[in-house]
Amino acid sequence: MLTAIISVIAYLILAPLIGGFLAGVDRIITARMQGRFGPPVLQPFYDVLKLREKENITVNRVQDFYVICFFIFVVVTGGFFFAGGSLLLVIFTLTLASVFLIVAAFSSGSAYAQVGAERELLQMMAYEPMVLLTAVGFYAYTGSFRVDDIMQGSNMSLIPLVGIFAGYIFILTIKFRKSPFDLSMSHHAHQELVAGLKTEFSGRTLALIEVAHWYENIFLLGIVFLFFVNGTILMTVIGIVVCLLAYFLEIFIDNSFARMKWQVALNSAWIAALVLGGINLFIIMIG
Amino acid sequence: MSYVTKSPWIIHYDGSSCNGCDIEVLACLTPMYDVERFGIINTGNPKHADVFLVTGSVNEQNKGVVQQIYEQMPEPKVVVAIGICACSGGVFRDCYNVMGGIDTVIPVDCYVPGCAARPEAIIDAVVKGLGVLAEKRAAMEAKEDKAELAAETEGKQDE
Ligand code: SF4
Repeated sequence: MLTAIISVIAYLILAPLIGGFLAGVDRIITARMQGRFGPPVLQPFYDVLKLREKENITVNRVQDFYVICFFIFVVVTGGFFFAGGSLLLVIFTLTLASVFLIVAAFSSGSAYAQVGAERELLQMMAYEPMVLLTAVGFYAYTGSFRVDDIMQGSNMSLIPLVGIFAGYIFILTIKFRKSPFDLSMSHHAHQELVAGLKTEFSGRTLALIEVAHWYENIFLLGIVFLFFVNGTILMTVIGIVVCLLAYFLEIFIDNSFARMKWQVALNSAWIAALVLGGINLFIIMIG
Repeated sequence: MSYVTKSPWIIHYDGSSCNGCDIEVLACLTPMYDVERFGIINTGNPKHADVFLVTGSVNEQNKGVVQQIYEQMPEPKVVVAIGICACSGGVFRDCYNVMGGIDTVIPVDCYVPGCAARPEAIIDAVVKGLGVLAEKRAAMEAKEDKAELAAETEGKQDE
């Protein structure tokens, strides 16, 4: 119980710091890949602090309420995860959080935000099967949906769940909002939808979405880490290194692809889930 | 210290420029000048922007667009007119449909003359604009404090 409380508090405090730092590293690496020098590492924090200083413009009041709900549920998702709760509960709260963001975008009435929201729905449709399969895979192998049970097992889940791991890394591109699947909104100069989902959010509201994104990233990397735990320090270190490598891989993919159509996102994510996740699960079931 | 100067996000609008100045604005984002070093991002969304870069003069048709973009930007905000067209109308000044420089429709904080304006000059103007941005932020803060103080004294009077 005590460790659960400590890890939740650590998550609440450290996740935005590490997440923001990773976002800064992301921007520098991206710039270097494009032959530029890039901003300072603390730039994401400057951005958020600046957004807090801006005038607050909202289309309607209810929009801010939904964004705050989105933020709270993203934080709660990570909280459940780091407290050692059930993976299924974690996934459902994450879905709820995304739904709040979509409703917020719809409530603004802006055409750009609405197209962004529709695309976000498609993205959810694309990644959701694989996320569920990840949870089911952990259950099939360890016999429990609970994160603390999985953590206590002495067998590393990576080898038996390698297909599911690959599938999860694949949909991570969608969840991190990286090209080629950054359909609904992106951090870069893809502007055919103005700013997509977040067109109508500005100032503090936008800052909140940004921080929620950092929380979410840390939690998503936490699942990557979950594939490596077996109680030894060596595997803990390897797990963290692989998390960083996965993050680097996503940046690399981001910089080497153009944005693709939503059909490609949906088809490829479902094929990845079916082939990588499905076959892996089948082998565990009969094994 | 104010953070507005550390992460100025830009929106660029082409009034009726010949594209000469637009290319120079975009050149600022390339590896050669890389303005992202200063946290500058080209957003394309007025609601996220702090600095409004306008190239070319204003004409009867886009007058409303320029005003609307300006109004959609949250305070504090700064307008930079790039190129002699944006400053005064330039060679197009006497055209029947041209109203003149950007300052005929919205308040402009920095002017960058030149045809086309050089990227160095544009960056210089944006940096100057950051000073104005910081001033505006300070003014905003003072106003907020004043409003708070007024609300407080009013509350006391009610008691
Ligand atoms: S100042 Fe010169 S280069 Fe710039 S828009 Fe006008 S005519 Fe074109």
